[in-house]
Amino acid sequence: MSLMKRMKSLAYSQKLAPFVFISPFIIVFLLFFIYPVISTVIMSFQRVLPGQTEFIGFTNFKNLFNGDFYKAVTNSVIYTVITIAVLIPVPLILAVFLDSRMMVFKNFFRSVFFIPALVSIVVAGFTFRLIFGEMPTALLNSILANFGIEATKWLGGAAQWTTFLALLLLCCWRWTGVNILYYLSGLQSIPGELYESAAIDGADAFQRLRHITVPLLRPVTIYILTISIYGGMSMFLESFMLFAGNRSPGGSGLTIIGYLYRHGWEQANIGYGSAIGLVMLIVTLGVNVIQLKASGMFKKEG
Amino acid sequence: MKAKILNPKSILLLILFVILAAVTLTPFLSIFLASLRPGREIMRQGISLNIDLSIMSFDNYAYLFSGETMYFTWFKNSVLITSVQSVLTLIVSAFVGYGFAMYEFKFKNLLFMCVLFIMMIPMEIIMLPLYQLIINLKLIDSIWGIILPFVASPLPIFFFRQYLSGIPKDFLDAARVDGCSEYGIFARIIAPLMKPAFASMGIFVGMNSWNNFLWPLIVLNSNDKLTLTIGLNTLISPYRNNYDVLIAGAVFSVIPIIILFLFFQKYFIAGMTAGGIKG
Repeated sequence: MSLMKRMKSLAYSQKLAPFVFISPFIIVFLLFFIYPVISTVIMSFQRVLPGQTEFIGFTNFKNLFNGDFYKAVTNSVIYTVITIAVLIPVPLILAVFLDSRMMVFKNFFRSVFFIPALVSIVVAGFTFRLIFGEMPTALLNSILANFGIEATKWLGGAAQWTTFLALLLLCCWRWTGVNILYYLSGLQSIPGELYESAAIDGADAFQRLRHITVPLLRPVTIYILTISIYGGMSMFLESFMLFAGNRSPGGSGLTIIGYLYRHGWEQANIGYGSAIGLVMLIVTLGVNVIQLKASGMFKKEG
Repeated sequence: MKAKILNPKSILLLILFVILAAVTLTPFLSIFLASLRPGREIMRQGISLNIDLSIMSFDNYAYLFSGETMYFTWFKNSVLITSVQSVLTLIVSAFVGYGFAMYEFKFKNLLFMCVLFIMMIPMEIIMLPLYQLIINLKLIDSIWGIILPFVASPLPIFFFRQYLSGIPKDFLDAARVDGCSEYGIFARIIAPLMKPAFASMGIFVGMNSWNNFLWPLIVLNSNDKLTLTIGLNTLISPYRNNYDVLIAGAVFSVIPIIILFLFFQKYFIAGMTAGGIKG
């Protein structure tokens, strides 16, 4: 009884309270993150079969040097680079327009662009699959027919760019509105006097955009860049839904996570899947450290 | 307003945005029109904006509500998982966020760095060992297997910490002098102050839970336990015609969220853009 009492008063002490508060995080972090990471490291050096596991050294990592994995990495990198090239400047310009004094119905347009972000990837993915259908009556082909363009097999056709175009449009459709909101909130913090004095000095609209808006929105841009790298490199479900499974013709929609899913799940090659996961974990950690350093996160927290 | 519209630049801007809005809404319109057509037609022709009243009807929706499909079992499962996950995640994450915001303690920076790091690690990387762990913990095919690994969620923790760091700490000392315990302060004084933060994060967590796909797909396997997203996905098959249920069901799964969005826009937007908030 007295032990219980002492335990209770200890838990209620001001010194221990913070650890009680953050204990759920510590437990979840150790059990559902650190433990799986350690398992990943161990299994990546093993051949894991039901009932027997065998240490095979670096074999799993050596096996990574193959055409399919290169294809997956190339696809993920190209996808990330293009989404960043589109999803930073376009939302920036649209946000500046939406914020301008000449714009009407601002709230209406802001909401409309945001709505696609509410839809699950399952619904969005198969809607786009049907829009990009190969039949001449499918939406995109039927629209293009008005301009005399022949029906195209967009998904997994002979030319790879059509597959990529579908993936990119799906991504832009879902995220443009969210990035516009980030930029709009950034624009609210730029004092109006800056533009007025620049206008007095004779700066035109483009110069004001280039020398005031873009530099002052830099923190927002860095944030969007960070989440875009994350989202781009871990892209999988977009491709999975667009192709109704993990099998895109010729690997045109294969991504790094898709490759992990194929080997770790579909082929139950857990050791190899773990090696892929470990490599990606190290790369992601590296990118994050660079990113956080560049944006001054360490200084602020330390 | 009228003076603005007369301005030629305003008109150009308006035209540009009307076109962009139309493009943005086209997928919604086309999938809605498709939900009114027989599934056979969709299989053959894909979706389009053609309106052909002779073949359009609400039959698919009637079928959806008829009870002959699994749709409403999945719908109920999704409502249950979304509610339980949102409430638990909010409470646990607020608790943790409060700990980070209000106290100084050993390894605080290191631990907070861990929060930031897991925010930036795609969950798919540790999916294989996490799955084995869930099997060993006997949580497979149960909603706890979906919820527990993500119950201390990094973005809500981060958001709550930022939200609370503005509250002066003297405030707490005053309550302590009055004999309030550390947990009493959190439950009785701080939690009521966090209502707007709960609303934003509730919508963020709830929406992610409603739309969650890959992890529930792995954890759940009995057909009567599936959520809406996974259930709909089982209907996607090149060999059978499930398009009647699939498309009407997909439209009907999106409608509640859009209605909620129209009512609670402010909180949706705050929740979705929470990561960008710098303290």
